[in-house]
Order: sequence, then C-alpha cells, then structure tokens
Amino acid sequence: MTDAVLSVRNLVVEFPTRRGILRALDGISFDVGPGEILGVVGESGAGKSITGSAIIGLLDPPGRIAGGEIRLKGERIDNLPTERLNRIRGKRIGMVFQDPLTSLNPLFTVGQQLAETIQHHLRLGERESRQRAIDLLAEVGIPAPEARIDNYPHQFSGGMRQRVVIALALCAEPDFVIADEPTTALDVSVQAQVIQVFRRLCRERGTSAILITHDMGVIAEAADRVAVLYAGRIAEVGAVRDVLKRPLHPYTQGLMGSIPSLTGEGERLVQIPGAMPRLNAIPEGCAFNPRCPRVMDICRRERPPLIDADGACVTCWLYDERTEQPPAREAPAVGRPA
Amino acid sequence: MVGPAPADLVARREAASDSVVEVRGLVRDFDVSASWLHRTLSGEPRRVVKAVGGVSFDIRRGETLALVGESGSGKSTIAKMVVGLLPPTAGSIRIDGTDIWDPANAPKLRDLRRRFQMIFQDPFASLNPRWRVRDIIAEPLDVFGITRGRATRDRVGELLTTVKLTPEDGEKYPHQFSGGQRQRICIARALASEPEFLVCDEPTSALDVSVQAQILNLMRDLQDRLGLTYLFISHNLAVVRHMADRIGVLYLGGLAEVAPAKAMFRDPRHPYTRSLIDAIPDIDMTGRERTPITGEIPNPLDPPPGCTFHPRCPFARERCRREVPRAFAEASGALVACHGVEEGWVGQAPAGQKAV
Ligand SMILES: Nc1ncnc2c1ncn2[C@@H]1O[C@H](COP(=O)(O)OP(=O)(O)OP(=O)(O)O)[C@@H](O)[C@H]1O
Ligand SMILES: Nc1ncnc2c1ncn2[C@@H]1O[C@H](COP(=O)(O)OP(=O)(O)O)[C@@H](O)[C@H]1O
Ligand code: SF4
Ligand code: SF4
Ligand SMILES: [Mg+2]
Ligand SMILES: [Mg+2]
Repeated sequence: MTDAVLSVRNLVVEFPTRRGILRALDGISFDVGPGEILGVVGESGAGKSITGSAIIGLLDPPGRIAGGEIRLKGERIDNLPTERLNRIRGKRIGMVFQDPLTSLNPLFTVGQQLAETIQHHLRLGERESRQRAIDLLAEVGIPAPEARIDNYPHQFSGGMRQRVVIALALCAEPDFVIADEPTTALDVSVQAQVIQVFRRLCRERGTSAILITHDMGVIAEAADRVAVLYAGRIAEVGAVRDVLKRPLHPYTQGLMGSIPSLTGEGERLVQIPGAMPRLNAIPEGCAFNPRCPRVMDICRRERPPLIDADGACVTCWLYDERTEQPPAREAPAVGRPA
Repeated sequence: MVGPAPADLVARREAASDSVVEVRGLVRDFDVSASWLHRTLSGEPRRVVKAVGGVSFDIRRGETLALVGESGSGKSTIAKMVVGLLPPTAGSIRIDGTDIWDPANAPKLRDLRRRFQMIFQDPFASLNPRWRVRDIIAEPLDVFGITRGRATRDRVGELLTTVKLTPEDGEKYPHQFSGGQRQRICIARALASEPEFLVCDEPTSALDVSVQAQILNLMRDLQDRLGLTYLFISHNLAVVRHMADRIGVLYLGGLAEVAPAKAMFRDPRHPYTRSLIDAIPDIDMTGRERTPITGEIPNPLDPPPGCTFHPRCPFARERCRREVPRAFAEASGALVACHGVEEGWVGQAPAGQKAV
C-alpha cells in the first residue's frame, strides 16, 4: 500500500536490562490506509502498548527503537529530534489512553483544555475556539455542552471523560489517532457508547486510527482490519471479518475458539495449552511452536516470514509453499460456528 | 434498587427444589459519612450507600447461579455476605438450612464452613507471597483438622494434579507462577476442604482469554466430577452465559431479573437486561441491530426514586418514577422486577430510543 497514512516496517523495540536485552517488539510491519481503523489485538504483554508508544515516540526509558522504520504520510518519524516529535504529537497524531485522567488536567475546565488545544493547533481566535469546543462536546454526545464546557474533569463520569478525551484527540484534526484500550476501564454499558463515538468521529472526519485492545469484541465493533500480536511479533494481519471468522494462524484460531460464544450451546472452550512466553524465554523458530497443535520440524528451527495468503498476511509455515500443508482458511476446530 | 423480590414469592417458587443456599431479603448498607466531628461542624447529614437492597434467590444443588452486573451493582458485597465474610444489615442466608448469620448457630458453623469456599478475582492478592504453594494449599486441611503429616502431603499433591499442576509445583512460591497458574492454586486451596459450594467472584476477570478458557473448562470439569454448586459472579455476559444454569441481573443493588441462562439471552424480559445484552459487542459479526443503552449508572449515594433504572429506561412511564417495582413471576419461569413488563407496555419496539 503506497498511499498508507501510517506505515510500520520491521519495527524492533528493545529494553536493555542488567540481565541482557529484552526484545519487546521483534520485526513488526503493517500499514494503515486513509480513513482506516486498524485494530491491534493480543494478550497482555504481547506488545500492543509498546507498539503505540513507539509510534508516538513515548517509549519508557531505557526502551528504544532498535530497528525498522515508521512513516507518517511517507515521512520518517522514528528518528526525529524530540522537539519535532513534540510538534507532531497532538497536532498530527492524537492520543487516547485507557485512563482518561492521564490525558486531562484536573486544574482546568474541560472547555479551557479543548479551546487551548484548538487555538494552539488550528490558530483560531478565542471565541471561535470555544464554539468549536462546544460543537465537539455535542458531537461526542455530551448533553447540554454549553453548560458542561465550564465543568472540571472530576465533574464528569468515567464514560463522559473518555468522550472528552476523544474530542481532545480529534480537535486538532490530526492525520492519525492512537487509542490504547480506550474502553477497558469503563462499564460494559458505557463501553459500547464510547466505541461508537470513536468510530463515528473517525469515519466522519476520515481520520485513520490504531485501536489497541485485548478485547476481540471491540475489534469486531470498530476496526476495519486487525493485526494480531503474539510475543512481540505479528501472527496475522487481515480484514476483521476474515480474522475473526476464519483465522489463518493457529494462535488466532485457538484464541477465537477460547472466547465464550453468545450463540453456542455452551460447548467446551478451545484450550491453548500453556501461556505466552516471557520476553527472556521466547523459543527458537516460531514463538508459538511449544503451544501449537500443528507444529512441524521447521517451526522449531526457523522463524516463519510474513507470508501473503488469501488477501491477508500471516507468519506461519503452514502457508509457505515449501511446506505441503493445505493453506485453506478454516474455522477453529471447535467452538464458534462459522 | 430495582425491586426487592418478595421473599415469600421466591420461597414458594423454589420450595420444591433442593436448595443449597437460600438468600432472603438480603440488605447491606455502608455508612460513608464524613467523620462525626466534620458532620457536626458542617451540619452534613449521614450518608449511607445501600450496596444491596433486598435481594432474594436460591441456589439449587449442583447448579451454577450467576450474578451479573456492572461495577458497583453489589456483586462482591453479596458474595462476601454469602460466605460469611461480611455481616448483612438485614435479611438471611441459609446454607443447607442453617442461617449462617444467626448467632444461635455459631457452634454449627465451624463444621459448615468447610463446606463452602470462595475464589477471588485477584489471584495475586489472595496468595501469601512468603508461603510455599504446598503450605498455602495445606492450610485449610490443617485448620479443619482434615489430614496430617504424610496424608496432607499426598492430598496436596492430589489437589495440584486436580487443577492440572504437578505435585512438584508445591515446592515453589506464588510469584513463580503466571496469573492463570495462580488462579489454579487458589482453586486447589478452595477445594482442599472438599466443599460442596463455591462462591467465585470474577475468577477470570484478571486473566487473558486463552487462560480464561483453561480456568472455565477446569471449573466445569470439577463441577461434573465433584458435583459442586457455584455462585459465579462476573460482569462479562458471554462468560456468564457459558457457565450458568440461571442468571440474576443486578442493577444498583437490586435484582432486575432472574431467569434460566439460555432463555434470558433468547428473550430478555427486563429493559436493563435487554440493554446489557444489546451492549455486548457482536463478535460473531452477524450484523445484528444494536442500540446501546444511554446514560450511565447513577450515583449510589443518591439513587433515583421509584425504579432505579428509570432515567436510562426507554420505556419509563410516570409510575416508574414513583413506585419501586416488585418482582413477579412470568409464565416462562423468569422473575422480573418491572412495571412495564408486568403491565405489558414493555413490548416490542422501545419508545423513542435516543441516539448516543
Ligand atoms: N467497604 C465499603 N465501604 C463503603 N462502600 C462500599 C464498601 N464496599 C462496597 N461499597 C459500595 O457498595 C456498592 C457495591 O459494591 P460491590 O463491591 O459489591 O460492587 P461490585 O458489583 O462487586 O462491583 P465491581 O464490578 O466493581 O467489583 C458500591 O457502591 C460500593 O462503592
Ligand atoms: N519499561 C519496560 N521495561 C522492560 N520491559 C518492558 C517495559 N515496558 C514493557 N515491557 C515489556 O514489553 C512487553 C510488551 O509490553 P506491552 O506493550 O505493555 O504489552 P501489552 O500488549 O499488554 O500492551 C511486555 O513483555 C512487557 O513486560
Ligand atoms: S509456524 Fe509452525 S508452530 Fe508456528 S504457528 Fe505455524 S504451524 Fe504452528
Ligand atoms: S419500564 Fe419502568 S419499571 Fe420497567 S425498567 Fe423501565 S423504568 Fe423500570
Ligand atoms: Mg497495554
Ligand atoms: Mg466486585
């Protein structure tokens, strides 16, 4: 994809520690097209948040980008000096985090924070910025925005605060938004509202986004394509419907089968034995091989490359022409009916 | 609360079946007032959270009753009262016919205690980090005088095998295990005294889905093998549907609806149950029409009058704002606390659902 808004190639992120170098991301590649929402999903520790932090240049020290490239509209942003990066953040890349309070200053009203960001990035006057802020609050579904704009963050509920943060992330009309677990801290009934607001705003403005979550349900609701991470590597990237309903990678197949279904008869859940390895104990070859029901000899020796298969990309030897396995898409063995 | 199910109604409906647990009119208030001095100076009144406001249900032998509800709906408060960790403000809990909070029953309680155990959400906080796993699991064997010495060692090994760990794992400390393995240790410990009834408060909420599947499968296997009865608490409706025979839906400390699991998902009766089911992401991508619920959970310190769900209910009418709905039994077997369902005005299309 040449017209990608964001393009990540072979990204490697390392954390030097006393006991050696930990590789948190090991060769991640994906593109996000114009107006596209890419879901990034995986279990805890898979490297989802690190992916987001690497893109916005906010890795916790001593974490560092040790390889690969990140391009925003063709321009490299992984090696920029701090002050140039600071200018990109907020203006060209908006951010939404799990806890809305990390993005909001408790000492200023919601209106002051929105108006300031709008004024700063869009160079609008004071009156205009305030009006724009009120419109945005209305857009994210805050009732009586003219009245609520002068409230402080603590006067809003959790779900409303997260909507304010979404408004804040989008107010500078960025090219790109990164949302890391934006609904995880919210109640079930409120999660659906916030996800809908997020998706609608990105759609209406044609903003591209990365939506990081551990929840396949959120992916199904809001993303166009999804990248599945496992132990700092990509297992598979593809259209949401394909990955959810007919996953290619044995890990994704197991993952989908392990989610209790709302329609099934309560049959036994698919079980992947064991757990994801720690960063200091990633096995040789395919990182999933000790847990994989379809493991072959080559999987224990060599790392599978990212292979184009059936309109998607998958890192699994089953889809390599050198191995003689049927590379057809298949539903998980048990569990979710296709 | 949405509506106290009249205790006599629950009693009548459940009498025929073999109940392990009978909860009647359970209430728990928490005093969250400022200090006495502060109140005297500022003239502020006492403030009380009604965490649980008159809840009645039964759990039949060998079944799984699930309680589902959003944060603050009273799930953990009920769980703690049922296992005897928190005294109720009012109401009663009977386990095998014995009222566990009646002081007269204190002598019988020690024996009863071994027959019910609890598993918590956080497998990290509930294990003593300085003890070896074998000592953690052996503790209840000791406390209840079940086994000693060599027999204890054998039993611990057996329990570890039951939860798919190995006897050698007993030598390690909790921090040497992953979250899922720690939850297995908690389960092994809970099973040590051979309980019949387990209260599980969000046992998989801290775990990844693939690990959650391992624990849920294990819990089901144990139930089949040992004939366990579960009170299973979760905020995740898909998990609850997978595990439960019957489900109780809590809203602001009251039961909105109690119904058989599959029936509840096929045909939710209470407007809150409907919106909760509607809010579940459509992971099967069926393209099902969804209208997410509007508004948020009210402040429990200042709950709305009448039906506590009325500010968010698309069906609410005048009566809902005045009168607390009482649970009534539907022909289908569901207990529902809603004026609209009772009077038949909660029917097909919601009246003027607002967009988000
Ligand atoms: N010790 C306490 N002191 C004061 N209020 C309390 C206490 N414990 C619980 N509450 C209040 O009682 C209500 C019910 O709490 P509870 O912990 O039972 O909710 P829950 O359904 O388990 O929620 P969650 O899903 O967050 O675990 C809440 O409003 C809570 O703030
Ligand atoms: N500051 C740090 N120092 C060392 N390792 C880290 C640090 N931050 C994250 N990691 C490791 O990087 C991996 C990926 O982390 P993260 O991206 O936060 O996972 P998640 O997918 O849960 O968001 C994990 O194994 C984590 O332990
Ligand atoms: S490469 Fe081999 S071990 Fe890895 S997922 Fe594919 S089949 Fe399994
Ligand atoms: S119809 Fe009335 S009683 Fe029923 S849930 Fe709605 S507000 Fe409550
Ligand atoms: Mg994270
Ligand atoms: Mg709780």
